[in-house]
Amino acid sequence: MADVSIRNVTKRFGKTEIIHGVSCDIREGEFIVILGPSGCGKSTLLRLIAGLEEITSGEIAIDGRVVNRLEPAQRDIAMVFQNYALYPHMTVYRNMAYGLKIRRMPAAEVDRRVRAAAGILELSELLDRKPRQLSGGQRQRVAMGRCIVREPKVFLFDEPLSNLDAKLRVQMRMEIRKLHEELKITSIFVTHDQVEAMTLGDRLVVMDNGAAAQIGTPLEVYERPANLFVAGFIGSPAMNFLQAEVAADGRRLVLPDGLDVALPGAGVPARAGRRVILGVRPEHLEPNGGRADGIRLAVDHVELLGADTLVHGRCGSMALTVRLADVQRIDKHAVIVLHAPPEKLHLFDPETKARIEK
Amino acid sequence: MEKRVVFRNKVLPYLLVAPQILVTLVFFIWPAAQALVQSFLQEDAFGTSSAFVWFDNFVEIFTSEEYLGSFRVTLVFSFAVAAIALSVALLLAVMADRALRGATAYKTLIIWPYAVAPVVAGVLWFFLFNPTVGMVAFFLKKFGVEWNHTLNGGQAMTLVVVAAAWREISYNFLFFLAGLQAIPGSFIEAAAIDGAGPWRRFWSIAFPLLSPTAFFLIVVNIVYAFFDTFGVIHAITRGGPNYATNILVYKVFNDGFINLDLGGSAAQSVVLMAVVIALTVVQFRFIERKVHY
Ligand SMILES: Nc1ncnc2c1ncn2[C@@H]1O[C@H](COP(=O)(O)OP(=O)(O)OP(=O)(O)O)[C@@H](O)[C@H]1O
Ligand SMILES: [Mg+2]
Repeated sequence: MADVSIRNVTKRFGKTEIIHGVSCDIREGEFIVILGPSGCGKSTLLRLIAGLEEITSGEIAIDGRVVNRLEPAQRDIAMVFQNYALYPHMTVYRNMAYGLKIRRMPAAEVDRRVRAAAGILELSELLDRKPRQLSGGQRQRVAMGRCIVREPKVFLFDEPLSNLDAKLRVQMRMEIRKLHEELKITSIFVTHDQVEAMTLGDRLVVMDNGAAAQIGTPLEVYERPANLFVAGFIGSPAMNFLQAEVAADGRRLVLPDGLDVALPGAGVPARAGRRVILGVRPEHLEPNGGRADGIRLAVDHVELLGADTLVHGRCGSMALTVRLADVQRIDKHAVIVLHAPPEKLHLFDPETKARIEK
Repeated sequence: MEKRVVFRNKVLPYLLVAPQILVTLVFFIWPAAQALVQSFLQEDAFGTSSAFVWFDNFVEIFTSEEYLGSFRVTLVFSFAVAAIALSVALLLAVMADRALRGATAYKTLIIWPYAVAPVVAGVLWFFLFNPTVGMVAFFLKKFGVEWNHTLNGGQAMTLVVVAAAWREISYNFLFFLAGLQAIPGSFIEAAAIDGAGPWRRFWSIAFPLLSPTAFFLIVVNIVYAFFDTFGVIHAITRGGPNYATNILVYKVFNDGFINLDLGGSAAQSVVLMAVVIALTVVQFRFIERKVHY
């Protein structure tokens, strides 16, 4: 167990900078998820922590010790690769024992640890198999077993569930979380799947194009996204964004089609008369119920999902999606007026893209 | 996944393979059959008469001290060539693989020697070690080594082994390099995280994964050393001095075309054919089993 501190880390491949000064303090025993779209540099950041790539500038410390110059082997970390990277010519047992034997651990202790890990991961029956004789889920477990036996300071995971089918992914997700609760080893988990991120992480690092767009608990990231990128990336279906203008009193927003919505509390008087971007999640919009203010939605098409109904349409010229509970019979081409609870509204600055605190 | 071409026309496929079959018949099957027949005949030196002698030719070669000596020479020669060609190639391939992971620009450069080697190699070695004009022979003399492979059997053997191995190195190198490049980087990275140093990573991960390639190359190299080194021997030592480098293929040629013992020579080539067939069977057996893992 150890804390990991990442300070202003950058990484350049040749002339292109891929990681632009990421900082993050990971506490002892914490489960951190690095989340972001493909190509944003998640794997690269993880490989920098592992020592598989050299950092260009900045500092990484594990358990208080700066590891910039240390080989992966000296960092006391273990990693689960996306393709598992199980040694194909070794049995499950030897795969797990390999790292321990290299560290010259007595054979009896090696055996004890491998069997203990195999017990936890339900691999005891499979110890004599070669990786190719295992199913995807079993391979995944062997890859985890190889990490567990080492009892490292930090676990690193690079999209370990992405090769599994949907059902197995949910199951392994829960197993990983359960395992973490038992072992309490500091873990850094890379994924582009936000459900994985929200369910696994104590905190998320949302990455955008080589920078940390926001670091926070899943709930913080969902409820108070720090900028337009995070707001649009977290949540499915994605948050709606509408161009709006703050009314002269600073307490209401005027939408393009003339309707307006109230802002909570004192509103944003400092921005009276200024343009802002209004963000509201599809699940937070509700039928108006005869109120005076609201958002007018011209329905284009309706998706009935059973548990809820997605209504896609336009507000003025901007796309808008609403999620309504249960099955709702709504006609195509209908116009419905929606209410947005003031405390569920997000405001963003059109220039800086940053969140405007209300 | 297997891709098959399906021909509608019944004749076309046979027409397409016909040239290949023809070539095989004329240049392989026909001479092989001739040799087989010949090996049971005894001919006089002028080729005017021949008699059917059953297995006399075979009995003769296997009781001939000279033939058994040649067999021993061939074994030493083949294993030395294979060992040197494989180990040097593997070493070079590992170094090249290191340089290549990441950069791709070198790749074509590294393949160049292969295009040059076979043609130049024999002549090159001959001149380098030539006792009167050779550079290497000159320097060896300076260091007190009297180099004369035309007199010293051990030196002659060393030279033909080196010259024959040299030709094979670039071939083996390409296979080893391709094999190494096919090993996913994550295996090596996982081993690095597990704490294995470069040496250990190579022997415990990369080399076992390379073993099918290595096995294939061992057989190919032995076959090469057995059969395809006639040119090297002929150019450098002509089997001498005193039969020290008289490998089986060279002896076949010598007995048949120089000493005109056609029956004996044919019997020897039949033995060689049996060796090739045996090696090929071994090869296929193992390759089919995809070599353990
Ligand atoms: N060795 C390298 N040399 C040059 N560029 C690289 C190298 N490794 C990664 N990159 C670049 O860095 C960027 C980030 O790559 P990275 O693999 O970290 O993305 P990722 O967030 O893990 O994406 P994914 O979700 O698709 O795995 C990409 O644009 C990639 O092309
Ligand atoms: Mg990645």
